[in-house]
Amino acid sequence: MNHLFPILTALAYVASFGLYVRFLIAGDKLTGRAGTVLLGLGLVGHYFALYERSRGLHTVPYHDLYGAMSLFGWLLALTYLGLELYHQQRSVGALVLPFILVFFLTAQVAPADRLSPPEAHGPTFAFHVTLNILAYSAFALSFVLSLIFLVEERFLRSHRLGGVVWRLPPLELLERMSQSSVLIGLVSISIGTAFGFLWVYRLSDKYSLYDPKYAITLLVLVLYAAYFRLARTTAWRGARASKMCVFNFVVVFLSFTVVNLYLSHNHRFF
Amino acid sequence: MEIVLVGLNHRTAPVEVRERVSFTAEQAQRAAEELRSRGILEEMLVLSTCNRSEVYGVPPESSHECAPGLSSFLSEFHAVRHDVLSVSLYHHYDQEAVRHLFRVAAGLDSMLLGEAEILGQVREAYRFAHEHGATGPVLNRLFQGALEVGKRVRAETELGTRPMSAASAGVKLAERIFGKLSERKALVLGAGAMSEQVISYLRDRGIGQLQVMNRSRGRADDLAKQFGGQVVGWGEWETALQSPDVVVSSVSADEPVLRREVVARAMAARGNRALFLMDLGVPRNIDAKVAELYNVYVYNTDDLTQIVQQNRNARESEIPHAQGIVEEHVSKFLSWQASVELVGLVDALRAKMKEERAAFIRSRMEPMKHLTETDRAHVEKLMDEMLEKLLLEPAQRLRGERELRRKIQNVEALRDLFLSNREKP
Repeated sequence: MNHLFPILTALAYVASFGLYVRFLIAGDKLTGRAGTVLLGLGLVGHYFALYERSRGLHTVPYHDLYGAMSLFGWLLALTYLGLELYHQQRSVGALVLPFILVFFLTAQVAPADRLSPPEAHGPTFAFHVTLNILAYSAFALSFVLSLIFLVEERFLRSHRLGGVVWRLPPLELLERMSQSSVLIGLVSISIGTAFGFLWVYRLSDKYSLYDPKYAITLLVLVLYAAYFRLARTTAWRGARASKMCVFNFVVVFLSFTVVNLYLSHNHRFF
Repeated sequence: MEIVLVGLNHRTAPVEVRERVSFTAEQAQRAAEELRSRGILEEMLVLSTCNRSEVYGVPPESSHECAPGLSSFLSEFHAVRHDVLSVSLYHHYDQEAVRHLFRVAAGLDSMLLGEAEILGQVREAYRFAHEHGATGPVLNRLFQGALEVGKRVRAETELGTRPMSAASAGVKLAERIFGKLSERKALVLGAGAMSEQVISYLRDRGIGQLQVMNRSRGRADDLAKQFGGQVVGWGEWETALQSPDVVVSSVSADEPVLRREVVARAMAARGNRALFLMDLGVPRNIDAKVAELYNVYVYNTDDLTQIVQQNRNARESEIPHAQGIVEEHVSKFLSWQASVELVGLVDALRAKMKEERAAFIRSRMEPMKHLTETDRAHVEKLMDEMLEKLLLEPAQRLRGERELRRKIQNVEALRDLFLSNREKP
């Protein structure tokens, strides 16, 4: 397999992370912009790395757990970059890049050919998986944003203002960014799940129509819809909504790990 | 092409001297005309703020020679006795003058380290002088460099980012919670000097709506009129606290005017929308228990003073970084200055050689009677080509190589070496 794109991607992400950290500490706008440019280059490199991996394995990027993790990292980076450009706020980059790097690097060190492929093919399945991974990456991003909110809020309430607090986004912007991210996740998971049902319906002779994964996905949908509603208009806005967002992501994490691996029959691919 | 600076600032002169030596725009223009007509300066610019009055100039002759004349002129122009003024004045020449201006633009020479206003004042002084034809190529380049230094220092360091007064720290903290204040509402309790200062900061930061509440309605009316706000009747807490995002309190009261129950009711009525309370009163105007309420942020005078102290330390730690930017641009300016002078020198040298070439050919070719006119013209052409070859390459290198210009430190020495009669380019 060609190692050029993974190496270039890793270099771009690491450099972007360094620049975002410097931007967070020193506030140099040029450094921040350079961080964004390198993240963009990393995304391009990452795309080609995923493409090369798929070509090498003659299947889709989410063929195995590590490919899915790499795709997750790519979609997380893409979602973050979109939010950064939309909200014109790059102070969060230093805190999101480590997650992107971990997912990307873990996927690269895994020996892909030793893992069993999923018994799934076709565009419906592809949309189902990709959109759901996008939803999970968007929820992961809202989780990170909510954690930053809670930390910053704690600092502001306790009057302990270090140098970094002056560089972090305002609390209300963090809330808006988190809500934007959750909205992306809600839309993606709704459409992605619909594709999943469609695919299972077509192959109902092969796959069970009853799976604990459906219940937990519905729960995730309800929890995030509730967060979206409560965080915008009611007395829950602020730290309570952010705590709820953190809790919701714990459910997502359980759905992605415990439910997939031990409870679900249709999603035990890895 | 030397630069001279004569001036005084908050460190060298008390306010009673500074106010006598300050320039209005008209005075700056008149001073420029007089200095030029008297032949003291060819280019000049006055930078006059509440903390400094400085005259930057390019004299026709040596800068050291023109400085005493400039000091006397200032004394005469402002009708201040020379012995009184001279103890407060500082003189800087060339590199030191450049460095001083760049430090001023960076906010390193300000009374409040890193203050932002000075860059705007430098920009305005330059714009005014430039529009009135008082500046020339040297001061244009110098002040454009100063503006670039100011911008870079503010963009690349934290020298000017953190607030340095309790009032501005409070407003900045509100921005940490709400972001831009343009769609936010502020309620100011009290109409004293501190309230006025906070309102001024809030207006600077673009607060959307402003309400003033004061025991004395008249003073509240004045303040609201001055800053474009509305007056709210004193004590109407239940309604007054429902809409604002920021509440600033600076009233004289023995007991807190905002109690926990009042704020709790207001928070319930506003659906727990975040509320930032800035308590600048001593004794405190806001009950300490208010800080326990959900989504309420309370900062009192001590909290804000502590933040200001932390910010002061942080700004001071940025001085070396800002100084590095200043030095980089000083070097850049000196390099440009040397390049202009050196290229002028090469041009003068070329003119001198051409002149000597004519005399040389005349004397040497006189005995060569056998040469035809065509031969003579051919020899002259060959000599011209040789001179061009000898001079063109150094001239091009001087224009293109900054490092070479840096190495040639003393243009005057070169001028003395090659142009014995010290011809000026």
